[in-house]
Amino acid sequence: MIKTAEQLKSRRETASSQSGPNVKKRVVVSMGTCGIAAGTGDVLTALRQAVDSKGLGESVEIMETGCMGLCHSEPSIEVIDVTAKTSTIYGKVTPQQVDAILDDHTHAATLSSIPRTWYYPEDEANTHNALQARVVLRNSGNIDPESIDSYIAVGGYTGLAKALTEMTPAEVVQVVKESGLRGRGGGGFPTGVKWEFAAKQKAERKYVICNADEGDPGAFMDRAVLEGDPHAVLEAMTITGYAIGSATGVIYIRAEYPLAIKRLERAIAQARDNGLLGERLFGTDFSFDIDIKYGAGAFVCGEETALIHSIEGKRGEPTFKPPYPAIDGLWHQPTIVNNVETYANVCAILRKGAEWFTGIGVEGCPGTKVFALAGKINKVGLVEVPMGTTLKDIIFGVGDGIKDGKAFKAVQTGGPSGGCIKADQLDTPITYESLKTLGSMMGSGGMIVMDEDDCMVDVAKFFLDFTLDESCGKCTPCRIGNKRLHEMLEAICNGKADTGTLPKLRNLAATIKDTALCGLGQTSPNPVLSTMNQFPEEYQQHIHEHKCSAGVCRNLISYTINDKCVGCTLCARQCPVSCIDGERKEKHVINQAACIKCGVCYDTCKFHAIDRV
Amino acid sequence: MPTKTCCPEGPIGSDNLVWDEPEKRAELETYIDGLALTDDPEKNRGFLIQCLHRAQSIFTYLPESVQLFVADKLKLHLSEVYGVISFYSYFTDQPVGKYRINVCTGTACFVKGAGKILEEFQRHLGIDEGQTSDDLRFSLGGLRCVGACSLAPVVMVNDKVYGNVTTKMVLDIIDACE
Repeated sequence: MIKTAEQLKSRRETASSQSGPNVKKRVVVSMGTCGIAAGTGDVLTALRQAVDSKGLGESVEIMETGCMGLCHSEPSIEVIDVTAKTSTIYGKVTPQQVDAILDDHTHAATLSSIPRTWYYPEDEANTHNALQARVVLRNSGNIDPESIDSYIAVGGYTGLAKALTEMTPAEVVQVVKESGLRGRGGGGFPTGVKWEFAAKQKAERKYVICNADEGDPGAFMDRAVLEGDPHAVLEAMTITGYAIGSATGVIYIRAEYPLAIKRLERAIAQARDNGLLGERLFGTDFSFDIDIKYGAGAFVCGEETALIHSIEGKRGEPTFKPPYPAIDGLWHQPTIVNNVETYANVCAILRKGAEWFTGIGVEGCPGTKVFALAGKINKVGLVEVPMGTTLKDIIFGVGDGIKDGKAFKAVQTGGPSGGCIKADQLDTPITYESLKTLGSMMGSGGMIVMDEDDCMVDVAKFFLDFTLDESCGKCTPCRIGNKRLHEMLEAICNGKADTGTLPKLRNLAATIKDTALCGLGQTSPNPVLSTMNQFPEEYQQHIHEHKCSAGVCRNLISYTINDKCVGCTLCARQCPVSCIDGERKEKHVINQAACIKCGVCYDTCKFHAIDRV
Repeated sequence: MPTKTCCPEGPIGSDNLVWDEPEKRAELETYIDGLALTDDPEKNRGFLIQCLHRAQSIFTYLPESVQLFVADKLKLHLSEVYGVISFYSYFTDQPVGKYRINVCTGTACFVKGAGKILEEFQRHLGIDEGQTSDDLRFSLGGLRCVGACSLAPVVMVNDKVYGNVTTKMVLDIIDACE
């Protein structure tokens, strides 16, 4: 049991020197969801077996950790040479390479190592050249998320100890206010100001909620934090509880994140066992405990009033604000709802001070932001950059440019509430405000890169598909308005729209924005408006020329075979509806009436003999 | 055997699942009885979603008899329970197939061609998204981002993840279920 700051300090000292005396090598295996999906589990099993059969149990230590963010190179593992104090990260490791890893590094020629600047910017000599900065993900990939000692060894719970033993609740609120931390769920509301509202309320009970209902398709930064550093969220929620005078925390998490749930449950049990959750923390009068509630697959529950209704066991429908949850929230009591990434910042701010935090990022928008970089990009991964970094640095620096040498077309940020940003706007430094000016928004941090093969009308339709599916149906603009928007986009993609469609589309989109009840509805037309503003020529082309130059909209394209065809019969064999005829070594022909325009022939032809027009 | 207080005239609805499976019912009952329930439905409602999660993990789906059982235990109306089940996409009142094939339709998978993969599955299985085959072998569905965006497009069959799926792999994935 840890009951004083002194006890925490001595526990930290023991925890830091926990490795056995003969350990020469530590092998850190990235066991996040995407690592496991890529086959990290097999590598781990092979590693364990090899260590046993070689009798290396004393000299090699294997540690499972959360996501390192190197999604492009999973399964990834880091090998730390304890005596030489060096470390190397290997990507795309196979179970067959395990022997080479356990041998000396010099024999590891068959392994592909990853430049350390990509992942560890802070400990390289040229920090000013490093694009990434790790605040939120500082422990993810570095510590064992299932061990509280591993977290304490890197300074875990010292922020809480400092808050409880050296500061008043008002001082804690003040530090967070001075740090300028803003809500990382996407809205960007100053966290300290929100806390102040709740702190001022006089109420029987108050609640601290962690919004871990990460529903934006293409964003997975919260999951990485929960899987890689669950104690950081618990510590920050406890600090919040102290600041606003609450004794109860609730984590609302998606049921689709089983690994994150398992690690959170374990972390809560460990914190209770060690006296870091429960009665009279650090010998003060302050008590705090945390419960987990599960989502059930409703995107709208990321909206705070809907989330609160879901915790109360109701349908997750939003209600009008004000009153804000900070005044009238869960069970009608003052409630703070912050997102996972916001909480992950809080412990670091308490430990290192507001000034340190404002030194990162730009004025008005301090700190870092984690982005889930995905789509048509070479290095898909979880990246954390200081606010104010340009989109170009992220996409062409950290992300290493577009896949297969294709041309960049747009980057989508903000998920179903955001918009698309064009090539000539990539020099914009990222802040909440700058993205809004470009017609997009920060959102929770999904960043999907698109190339010349993506049709922007189709992309807008995709996001509306999502909104239609996820609209709770409570208010008419969202329920029916979005349906009508979707029908108009469908008509455009099918070549059935006329000149009147575009003004109607814009008018209805503006009406939905103005009149929908909650954030989901109010932002749902954004993908449509943004693509209309940024790529008007594509809409015009679909409507007037009945053409889709990206070759996506099926009713506007056709496939034909040109004279380059050598009659290899590959396309005819691959065609799912057998609509390609022709003799061997003779030019083939596509039967247009039967063609379903799936594009399999186009993708499989090795002679560029298929034209798409 | 506990009495069915909410439906004294005997079972209503088309199923009798909760009464046909006494062991599963006992498991669910033990779980619910372990919660801090009260006589006040307003307070009990906070436990509803977790009870439904547990019930679905035990029975694989939530037909009317299971809904009634939960409603009765929590002193809620059946309509309230059904309202919650129909709102959240995670819950289903229809039986699901032995192999649940889910194509990720998150944004990263979408731009990498998840739509074509889904169509290929529909063609081979002869069922639409959200449907289950008559022999209860396959259910086909879309799935929001599983966070394995580097492997896009992604298909999940029960708990197994297939990454970088191409239309050619679809038949192999179905065959692997045999």
